[in-house]
Amino acid sequence: MSAVSKDNTIVNEKIVENATCTFCGCCCDDITLTVDMDKKVVTKAKDACVLGKSWFLNHVIEDKPIARIAGKEVPLDDAIDEAAKILIEAKFPILYGMSDTICEAQRQCAPIMDDCLGTIDTTTSVCHGPSGMAFQGVGEPSMTLGEVKNRADFVMYWGGNPAEAHPRHFARYAVTPEGMFTPNGKDDRTVVICDVRHTKTAGVADIFLQVKPGKDFELLWMLRAACKGVEIPDNCKEICGIDKETVTDLFEKMKNCTYGVIFFGMGLTMSRGRHFNSGALMALATDLNEFTHFVAKPARGHGNVTGADNVVAWQTGYPFGVNFSRGHPRFNPGEFTTVDTLTRGEADAALIIASDPVANFPKPAIDHITSEKCKLISIDTKNTPTSEAAHVSIQTSTYGINTGGTVYRMDDVPISLRPAFDSPFPSDLEVLTKLRKKVNKLAKKLNRPYATKKYI
Amino acid sequence: MSNEIRIINGIVFDPTNDIEGKVAEICIRDGKIVSEVSKSAKVINAKGMAIMPGGVDIHCHITGPKVNLARKLMPEDHRLDPHFKTPNTQSGSGGIVPSTFATGYRYATLGYTTAMEAAVPPLTARHALEEMYDTPIIDNGFYVLLGNNLFLQSLIAEGRYEEFKEAVAWWLNATKAYTVKLVNPGGDEPWKGHKNLNVKDIDEDSKATDIAPRKVIDAFIDALHELGTPHPPHIHCNNLGHSGNFDTTLETMKTAGDRRLHIAHIQFNSYGGELGKSPKSASKEITDYVNDHENITCDVGQVMFGKAMFMTADAPLTYLLRGYKPQKWVNADTECESGCGILPFDYQGMIYTHAIQWAIGLEIFLLSKDPWRIVLSTDHPNGGSFMNYPMVIKLLMDYEFRKEAMKHLNQKAMNSTILGELKREYTLNEICIITRAGPAKCLGLKNKGHLGVGADADITIYDMLEDKEEMFNAPRYVIKAGMLLIENHEFVSDYTDKKVLRVAPEFDKDIEKVIKPFFDDFYSVSFRNYPIQDDYLHGHGVVIDSVKKNSIHEN
Ligand code: SF4
Ligand SMILES: [Zn+2]
Repeated sequence: MSAVSKDNTIVNEKIVENATCTFCGCCCDDITLTVDMDKKVVTKAKDACVLGKSWFLNHVIEDKPIARIAGKEVPLDDAIDEAAKILIEAKFPILYGMSDTICEAQRQCAPIMDDCLGTIDTTTSVCHGPSGMAFQGVGEPSMTLGEVKNRADFVMYWGGNPAEAHPRHFARYAVTPEGMFTPNGKDDRTVVICDVRHTKTAGVADIFLQVKPGKDFELLWMLRAACKGVEIPDNCKEICGIDKETVTDLFEKMKNCTYGVIFFGMGLTMSRGRHFNSGALMALATDLNEFTHFVAKPARGHGNVTGADNVVAWQTGYPFGVNFSRGHPRFNPGEFTTVDTLTRGEADAALIIASDPVANFPKPAIDHITSEKCKLISIDTKNTPTSEAAHVSIQTSTYGINTGGTVYRMDDVPISLRPAFDSPFPSDLEVLTKLRKKVNKLAKKLNRPYATKKYI
Repeated sequence: MSNEIRIINGIVFDPTNDIEGKVAEICIRDGKIVSEVSKSAKVINAKGMAIMPGGVDIHCHITGPKVNLARKLMPEDHRLDPHFKTPNTQSGSGGIVPSTFATGYRYATLGYTTAMEAAVPPLTARHALEEMYDTPIIDNGFYVLLGNNLFLQSLIAEGRYEEFKEAVAWWLNATKAYTVKLVNPGGDEPWKGHKNLNVKDIDEDSKATDIAPRKVIDAFIDALHELGTPHPPHIHCNNLGHSGNFDTTLETMKTAGDRRLHIAHIQFNSYGGELGKSPKSASKEITDYVNDHENITCDVGQVMFGKAMFMTADAPLTYLLRGYKPQKWVNADTECESGCGILPFDYQGMIYTHAIQWAIGLEIFLLSKDPWRIVLSTDHPNGGSFMNYPMVIKLLMDYEFRKEAMKHLNQKAMNSTILGELKREYTLNEICIITRAGPAKCLGLKNKGHLGVGADADITIYDMLEDKEEMFNAPRYVIKAGMLLIENHEFVSDYTDKKVLRVAPEFDKDIEKVIKPFFDDFYSVSFRNYPIQDDYLHGHGVVIDSVKKNSIHEN
């Protein structure tokens, strides 16, 4: 498709309609991209928010080597061979990251670790891991985001800042859209924000609750007790920072709505109490079903972390922190989660996919992963401290911009991507498929005796 | 490697081709059964063994969003039942909801080579297809949930039947489904939109949509009949699990007239007694109707004692059951189209209700006269794991074993069942019908469930053992699409070239203009991003052609 640009030079322009932004868990699939096919850049991302725009518009194809070993450029296949050899020879290989890539690529990961008798973990272990664990304990009444748009007349955000982290959450799904049974949009809903501080998000609230830091659990438990007919205690304000009348009124609103929803964020899951907090919240939502229809959902962070949870769960039975060293999947957060395996200095090889632990992890973990004791392999779209520290470093193309595939929105709805333009770099899927084949071949050759009995 | 196999000396059970326990030779080439193979073919000596087509599960829940939620819910259960890696296969987790790899391998180790996922919401059907690709060996297809689709209901309510039919065809194509699944039609709206209520009567107008379940059922039966799908609507009837529900089931079957209808896990819909009180058996009333009506097929949904998992689009039912035993519980509403409830459960022989459910299932098996129209299922994992199938087979084949089992169960329940008087014992040939030949026929799968020339070479070879549970628990050989996978009970290779079975009825493209405005207003994904691309079949899709017929016996 050709068009005449402002300065009258012909540019080779392409329009991609209904493209999906993978920057945050909202996975907005209504973006119209304008692409300059000559320069290989996205020039417009109509309907994307600020974060989405910067995700699309700042993407450029850099001039850098596809594959490096110890800093030296090598052919891709050599890098894959080297990576496979490291992983299969390691005593305690780990694989971490996965949230910023498509499900098709994620599906290659557990089989690789299965063959290496290694450990697989995703970024869930450092964000909504506690919600996953709470889910295992109490379950969750939940919904897809369209139900919120169509039905929810009570919407609450707890410990999250969607205005900044998921900018279009309000407008597309939860607050302002006019739905089937909420024809007047925001006027048909009560919006409640509960947080330890007054954030940008609090601006939209009909009711803002400033809970004392670290007292979310107490507030949740009072509400749960209220479901069972226990009065909110007089010293409520002392306990959680919010007075009795406000909490009582909140409870009445929850009970009497037609379709209630609570979204919760890392303010809840990563503060004191962790999975007890998420568990209490999901249990509260469950309890409220005695009175009305009530649901809850973690507002998951970036990209395809929800897909990573799903893929690892369907392949192994557990969502993250899974170890294969005994010839079958075992789950133990704290033991097999990456910060822990690194901090204890256990991992002797690490395959990091689309993630940057060298920049983000606690110091002892970074010290180990960058040390001689741990061979580091990185597969990433950008140069990061991790890719630069890696022994084997492979650069891949970017999902959603250069490659298609599937991502899961925060509510577990799978969405197919529509790439804008191709890239000289291989896709994660291509690299990981090759690596899986190579590792499998080496594993067959090794012919390790596999375990056949339970150790538990 | 030769792609030819000759199986000699085995005792062949191939009811579709009227072969019952006759020694014959089976030849295989290029994944199909053929009449002759060359001298270089691999020879399997099946002397003293029974040769049957690979098993076909017509109703189970093994892939997709709700299955994965249930999987995530049960770490304690996976932990007790690891699935070990072997040099040829991948590891996984077992338990009542196994991981995808374990699911495929475990079906194969029972001699099953095809299994149909019974309930997938359209919006998340991509997820089901992706999981299928990770479920080794067995061929799959799935039934798409349309019975509570608000847009389709509005077309029915407005009497726009032509457009309705086109829209159903559009949805089947858009999701790559095998047939339509109706679950508690009309029940989602009261549940989601009216503070957790439910519909009680199939002639009662649902508050939200002004349409009675019967109208919805009738419209779908009609549309699929007109479209000529190989399998009719697959229905989970209203009032499932409630005492006194057999009336609803009879009314549902009557709605079909002489058009085809498949009643899923009919055991759960064959209860007498009063609503809210303990159930009684209504197996007689139900089987009488089924026996007399060739247009009706069903699977049993046998309850087996031990662990189970409720996993159903019937969300209000799951919530109701949670009332009896507060447990971790998952509810998952899907916008505009479906609901879902998940609840871990266990059936106990000493509990009256569970024991009577067990007995009712067996009564239905034993009272039904046409084995071609009754299929073995446990509604895995709702009535128990598919791993129970060998035990179900033994219960059907062995009257003494049944009598013995009854002694250890709730005696009030046993005194109220006629099970003890039913002396019928299924023959091997009948077992072959209810586990492979029958379901293949119910599904309209012409290349499966039999061993005639041209059929898919999905074959199971069992040692002839006295103990039928033992026999069906561990086939000596399993062949999938002509490839030897299990030899002497061990996996000798992995097989991933599995197929996804689906239908693709023709439709008028203009129907999209009718559907799209609804999407733009009420869905949270773009209309263009909703239909599933062919990529999701990974080149393994198989379209089963349409045929119009009123009974599975018309061929
Ligand atoms: S809200 Fe999230 S997904 Fe939507 S455009 Fe913004 S960053 Fe992208
Ligand atoms: Zn079912």
